[in-house]
Amino acid sequence: MTVSAPSKPRRKLKLVYQKPEALTDKATHYCPGCTHGVAHRLVAEVIDEMGIRERAIGIAPVGCAVLAYDYFELDGVEAAHGRAPAMATGIKRVLPDSVVFTYQGDGDLASIGMAEIMHAAARGERITVIFINNAIYGMTGGQMAPTTLPQQVTTSSPRGRDVVTQGYPIRMAEILATLDGVAYSVRRSMHDPANIRKAKKAIRLAFEAQVRGLGFAMVELLSTCPTNWRMSPIEAMHWVRDHMVPAYPLGDYKVDAALKKLRV
Amino acid sequence: MPAKGWVEIDEALCKGCELCVAYCPVSVLALDTNRLTPQGYHPAALVEDACTGCNVCAVVCPEAAITVYREVIPRRHATTV
Repeated sequence: MTVSAPSKPRRKLKLVYQKPEALTDKATHYCPGCTHGVAHRLVAEVIDEMGIRERAIGIAPVGCAVLAYDYFELDGVEAAHGRAPAMATGIKRVLPDSVVFTYQGDGDLASIGMAEIMHAAARGERITVIFINNAIYGMTGGQMAPTTLPQQVTTSSPRGRDVVTQGYPIRMAEILATLDGVAYSVRRSMHDPANIRKAKKAIRLAFEAQVRGLGFAMVELLSTCPTNWRMSPIEAMHWVRDHMVPAYPLGDYKVDAALKKLRV
Repeated sequence: MPAKGWVEIDEALCKGCELCVAYCPVSVLALDTNRLTPQGYHPAALVEDACTGCNVCAVVCPEAAITVYREVIPRRHATTV
């Protein structure tokens, strides 16, 4: 379409929103419309608002977010596949004043890294976990993940996930909520502006849980993979709303009493 | 009259995913198909005057490419009761 530039307002302007300081200027390698970028931005905004950038250490996973340390303007390390919670445990115990978070996808956290996440949570490690659940393996080409929905078509389940032979999806937020070491375990979605705002509040509480020494905290974020789902970015957002949210109910599965009182 | 808004889109970051276009409540954004970004995408651009600076585009933008401004409405003199 032809674009006619609208006129800039003549009155004085105030800044409403700008890119958070905890993100670098580097353009991400994510596909257009991928909600990894939204999750990065929310984490960065929370770190800026809490003023913890100098203390924060991010741990990148293996998967699409493997280069996450390039995009956060803070200290970061890269863990072996699925081992981010183990690395976070070590860093947090050696540097107890640091604020340590892992950023993991569903292949990393719910498949190969299942043992590490369960035991880090069971030990009540004071770390924050951002769990990106997009029901598919993104980086390797759209194979079936532990979180793939029944009947969902992927490159390794071309006739749809058959639960008789391939099992059922894993609901991490519910599972972790059963462990005593967990202070905060919730699920949020990033499929529209209202839910993105709710997701940011949950990320804030997950960091507050760590700063206050309450225990292990995890936020599961329902995310899109437009490329491997073979959809446009907006269709992918609608697919999360119509298919993922019914299968992965949004909600608070465990919230420490001290966090319930917080107003963020 | 509502405050007018203004958005600036960083073309080095924008990938033309159109999420801001789809979620803009006043439909003032569109892809500028006459332009290409350094990454090879058509960037989103402000194409209408009705922007209110509501910030929804920046909330959905996966690239943090959008900076949002809003007009400062000069405060009127308090009415005497």
